[in-house]
Amino acid sequence: MPQPDVPTTDIPSELLRDELPLPEVSEIEVVRHFTRLSQLNNAIDTHFYPLGSCTMKYNPKINEAMARLDGFANIHPLQATDTVQGALALMYRLQEWLREIAGFAATSLQPAAGAQGEFAGILMIRKYHIEQGDEKRTKILVPNSAHGTNPATTTMAGLEVIEIGAGPDGEVDLAVLKAVCDEHRDTIAGMMMTIPSTLGVFEDDLLEIIETVHSVGGLMYMDGANMNALLGIAKPGEMGIDVMHYNLHKTFSTPHGGGGPGSGPVCCSEKLAPYLPGPIVTIVEPASDEHEAPLYGWQMPEKSIGRLKAFHGNFGMHVRAYAYILAYGNQLDQVARHAVLNANYLRVQLHDTYNSPYDRLCGHEFVVEGRWKDVPDVHALDISKRLIDYGIHPPTNYFPLIVPEALLIEPTETETKATLDHFVSVMKKIAEEARTNPQLLHEAPHHAPVKRVDEVRAARQLVLCCQPLPAESTSDGVSASSEPEVVA
Amino acid sequence: MAGWNFPEDLKYAKTDEWFRVEGDIVTIGISDYAQDQLSDVVFVELPEVGRQLDAGEAFGVVESVKSTSDLYTAVAGEVVEVNSALEDKPELVNESPYGEGWFIKIKASDLSALESLMDSTAYAEYCNGRE
Repeated sequence: MPQPDVPTTDIPSELLRDELPLPEVSEIEVVRHFTRLSQLNNAIDTHFYPLGSCTMKYNPKINEAMARLDGFANIHPLQATDTVQGALALMYRLQEWLREIAGFAATSLQPAAGAQGEFAGILMIRKYHIEQGDEKRTKILVPNSAHGTNPATTTMAGLEVIEIGAGPDGEVDLAVLKAVCDEHRDTIAGMMMTIPSTLGVFEDDLLEIIETVHSVGGLMYMDGANMNALLGIAKPGEMGIDVMHYNLHKTFSTPHGGGGPGSGPVCCSEKLAPYLPGPIVTIVEPASDEHEAPLYGWQMPEKSIGRLKAFHGNFGMHVRAYAYILAYGNQLDQVARHAVLNANYLRVQLHDTYNSPYDRLCGHEFVVEGRWKDVPDVHALDISKRLIDYGIHPPTNYFPLIVPEALLIEPTETETKATLDHFVSVMKKIAEEARTNPQLLHEAPHHAPVKRVDEVRAARQLVLCCQPLPAESTSDGVSASSEPEVVA
Repeated sequence: MAGWNFPEDLKYAKTDEWFRVEGDIVTIGISDYAQDQLSDVVFVELPEVGRQLDAGEAFGVVESVKSTSDLYTAVAGEVVEVNSALEDKPELVNESPYGEGWFIKIKASDLSALESLMDSTAYAEYCNGRE
């Protein structure tokens, strides 16, 4: 370990305590408490989880076993590189595999999640233009079907968003795009696109969209959140995309949500490779012969946008994604084929019961409306909450924003036909209940440990306090009733 | 759904704001349709008094349990008053979209932009078309 570069002192005496008010509970009480809490969870290991755009696929347990191997779990990022060659070899190969899978020239594993991958990509585009002496390129085109993180990324990077509307087919309106590109031709830095889009739609005009943006000097960023539809089938780099991020916690089965952390590697073309965030793993000394391993080390790309993350990204996720890719080998395309098949199966099974504004061949997810004209009081939220009663995690709701009362459904490839059929029958049953007993939906969930939470009150009466509240503000019941009601 | 109220004395934008003109002062809020689509409003962010706005510029944000949307002005001018009551009672936007739920008042520098907005009949058709 390096020497600390700040002076060390003893803990000041006024900060030392003689007594610690630790809770006095027995081991069995702790075990029961946490076991019970774990049973209240709604998780991919216990329930079908068709949460669109999030790709809540099963996380194979072999990934966990690999990440816990001593040589991966018990190393330190400050160790000398010659003592962690195995970890560096894994990261190097993962960099290579990820760039090859998407048809790019280089990868950085630095970003900690998808949004940071986006941020990296947009900073790279910006720096590229500045290096070309093209400082006035400050505008990023974002379709209105985009992930909310896309405009947020643009703003964080200090650039300006121009929103591009969708045509009636849910695709980017090419005529609108061309007009905008014409109007702002000298100031467009690039365009961010999610492919397939958050409507689950693969744009028929994709190549023309890319060409249009390139023709005015803009670069194309792809939000790779939906790579589960393309894996092993299509390579964004070969379509003309300049830079994209992956979500290892979606496409490559590393834990997602509370179980994270995430990982959002960014891949790019030759042109942008010098700008990647770093350091990245490189071969310092080639292998002397085929039986030897090369010597790996760190390298900061020549014109790098810099570091994004302490040390080397979320390494534990790199190990899991590596294990996942290795397990599929040259059959990674089966992931996408089954994910797309499952989504289309559900889409067709449900399209007579739920209105589908974009009812066409979809990618790995599709969107329906959670509303019916004959029962105007029933909303997507009611349907979502009722699904919980049937032991199914609700789909993403109220997103994408361009579909009213949206339910975004993504089954992923890891579900059986029996599970999908069960989901269909439950969705149809809920549609029937909406007509026969709508109150059942409005008051759902009935069988969950936490009943319907008051989202309005939770958002209006913020309790952002770590300290016990003073007596006068607890007396009105805010702190007591803002806790979800838990029924054992 | 339907059954929304669109007062005849107001002008309406495609982005669902309404505009009430009194002399050169223009009051802006969001329509009954907009508040219904948003559902319960939980937060409103408004500009500072004195800020100069261009036509088409976003001047604030309205947030509901479902989504967050920008607020746009169709007319250019200076913000002369904001409805600070919304800070503590954002639900006024739902309860009284054309009354106590107004957002800002602008001293307009040019009222001609209002001519391209919809009247209540055209706006009602526009809303029904989106259903």
